[in-house]
Amino acid sequence: MHIVVCIKQVPDSAQIRVHPVTNTIMRQGVPAIVNPYDLFALEEALRLKDQFGGRVTMLCMGPPQAEEALRKCISFGASDAVLVTDRAFAGADTLATSYALTAAIRKISEEQQVDLVFTGKQTIDGDTAQVGPGVAKRLGWNLLTYVSKINEVDLDGRSITVERRAEGGVQRLKTTLPSLITMLEGTNEMRFATMDDMLRAARVPVRKWSKDDAGIEDITKIGLKGSPTIVSKVFAPKPRKERAEMQTVDDGVNVNDVCLNLLQKIFTT
Amino acid sequence: RSTELPEHLKAYKGVWVFIEHDRGQVHSVSWELMGEARKLADKLGVDVSGVLLGGPNDPLENYAKEAYAYGADHAYIMRDPVLQGYRNEPFTKGMTDLVNTYQPEILLLGATTMGRDLAGSVATTLATGLTADCTELNIDGRALAATRPTFGGSLLCTIMTLAYRPQMATMRPRTAAMPRRDDTRTGDIIRKDLGLVETDIVTKLLEFIPDANRNTVNLAYADIIVTAGKGLKNADNCKLVWDLARVLGAEVGATRAVTQAGWLEAERQVGQTGKTVRPKLYIAAGVSGAIQHRVGMESSDIIVAINTDPNAPIFDFAHHGIVGNAMQVLPALTQAFRTHLDKRVRKVA
Ligand SMILES: Cc1cc2nc3c(=O)[nH]c(=O)nc-3n(C[C@H](O)[C@H](O)[C@H](O)COP(=O)(O)OP(=O)(O)OC[C@H]3O[C@@H](n4cnc5c(N)ncnc54)[C@H](O)[C@@H]3O)c2cc1C
Ligand SMILES: Cc1cc2nc3c(=O)[nH]c(=O)nc-3n(C[C@H](O)[C@H](O)[C@H](O)COP(=O)(O)OP(=O)(O)OC[C@H]3O[C@@H](n4cnc5c(N)ncnc54)[C@H](O)[C@@H]3O)c2cc1C
Repeated sequence: MHIVVCIKQVPDSAQIRVHPVTNTIMRQGVPAIVNPYDLFALEEALRLKDQFGGRVTMLCMGPPQAEEALRKCISFGASDAVLVTDRAFAGADTLATSYALTAAIRKISEEQQVDLVFTGKQTIDGDTAQVGPGVAKRLGWNLLTYVSKINEVDLDGRSITVERRAEGGVQRLKTTLPSLITMLEGTNEMRFATMDDMLRAARVPVRKWSKDDAGIEDITKIGLKGSPTIVSKVFAPKPRKERAEMQTVDDGVNVNDVCLNLLQKIFTT
Repeated sequence: RSTELPEHLKAYKGVWVFIEHDRGQVHSVSWELMGEARKLADKLGVDVSGVLLGGPNDPLENYAKEAYAYGADHAYIMRDPVLQGYRNEPFTKGMTDLVNTYQPEILLLGATTMGRDLAGSVATTLATGLTADCTELNIDGRALAATRPTFGGSLLCTIMTLAYRPQMATMRPRTAAMPRRDDTRTGDIIRKDLGLVETDIVTKLLEFIPDANRNTVNLAYADIIVTAGKGLKNADNCKLVWDLARVLGAEVGATRAVTQAGWLEAERQVGQTGKTVRPKLYIAAGVSGAIQHRVGMESSDIIVAINTDPNAPIFDFAHHGIVGNAMQVLPALTQAFRTHLDKRVRKVA
């Protein structure tokens, strides 16, 4: 079985600060991490590899530093990694991103036929959940989003059955391979890296592909040029005009009065 | 890159809303969107349409009537056995065909598991722009200006699609208000065939397993919510929140700190990575008011906060603040509400 897992390198949003004057994101010093949602996709792919044997290839589009994120994934047990990196990709929205990733997946598939592509549910920065559906559409593969469980894979019969989170319940879907799965969070627990894999991660070369290496000819479909969406404004949320009407409880003595007061205010406003 | 709308796309007119329904119920986000679509269309001087895809057993015509009541002028109906129960492949084909045939300038969907699945596939097929998970929609010039929180709500960004049509966006449930219903409004129906048979479709829906607790946790649409924060100190103290909720007929919410500690179930989380809520009354006990929590609840009508720290950020956007120990205040508040509500019941009786 050959599985491609797509990951994005993102700033650790728990540590992101917004500049109070310029309203811009202060990225300096903020560590870059593997998009946390993507680890659920990776773990699920590794479990299939444990079961069926084969290969898990990591794929990322991003700046050269994203190599580090890919190595991290190899240390968890992925087989190898491709980083598509080119200045021409800068400014890509989801339409352009899915185009570039699809080209790379086709190239990877030329080496060895790909049976499944995994992505995370969404990223913690762009947060659109659009790249998975986009790649599936471009590949012409079956799309399975928000997958909470893989029930069965029949590699010879070329079929897969999964549970998919829907509004108010779970859909059980059966489809054929190849398919693209976007994995729901919290559905599995990432394994610990073994010493062997950590050592391998340090040595294995991460292949870096330019747009030409990825087989991209039409440069009007990538980067800023290939992106229909335009960010027209970035701004801070408006603060509320007045602060809350405050009351203070003194050591419990007036707690009943404070509550009655509050009720009066709520029911008259 | 060009920001000019090419000549052949200028014919695209009107605002469309994808009406999401499943097992006999329209998702409220579709009506919230209908209200927003009406405002956008009025600014543009164009019509609003609801799009309904479904199977033989779905009461699509009834949904169309509701759509008119909430602001639609037209309903596009596509009915086919393969559209019974949501699947990506036939819905993508149906939606794409409708767009290509009738050419709307704006297409809006709910940011639900169905809406986001469908929107991503449709936008890619049509090679147009799609703005995700918006909290505000507006018109700037003649184009859709879709605003969404970024980096956990600490910033907002407005995104536009200028040179492509339709302009697509998904909107988060409960970020727009429910529009007023006017049952005297009417509209017309335009029907189109899908032209697929079951054997064309690879993916099969084997079964639907409804959530067991579907009717017990309905946070997004609750009128009153009492939320537990980490300031409650331990799982046992969450009982105080349940007590108050029971008296008020309220749902119980939680911050991420609380769901991660395992004090309450994940479905109860309010905020950026949880639910967006807009109840009439939101009572937050021991909640600091972090931005990721705030974005999920700040449009509540009345926000009451209980916190020991007078400088807690939550007091910057709550309407009523009580500085005090939640373990003292919650029981007292429960008693006060109980007395008050008893009195009201007695008055009525
Ligand atoms: C604040 C902000 C708001 C944005 N809003 C929009 C918007 O509304 N519409 C729009 O079209 N674009 C938007 N973008 C651009 C968008 O983030 C980029 O196109 C980005 O490359 C991919 O989208 P995403 O981060 O939303 O990924 P998602 O679609 O949320 O990611 C889903 C999965 O796809 C895979 N994946 C995503 N990116 C990569 C990658 N570079 N390499 C490998 N795998 C990947 C991962 O497995 C990931 O879990 C926005 C960007 C920012 C920073
Ligand atoms: C990517 C990302 C996504 C996130 N998504 C969400 C989300 O969806 N929802 C969410 O809620 N959070 C989310 N968070 C987490 C968020 O940043 C906060 O950490 C979280 O909301 C804090 O929860 P809290 O207010 O319960 O706890 P704390 O921040 O620990 O606050 C506890 C509060 O209780 C007060 N207190 C202490 N003792 C008492 C007492 N005896 N009586 C009354 N008050 C007392 C304290 O003064 C303090 O203000 C997210 C974070 C990240 C990075």
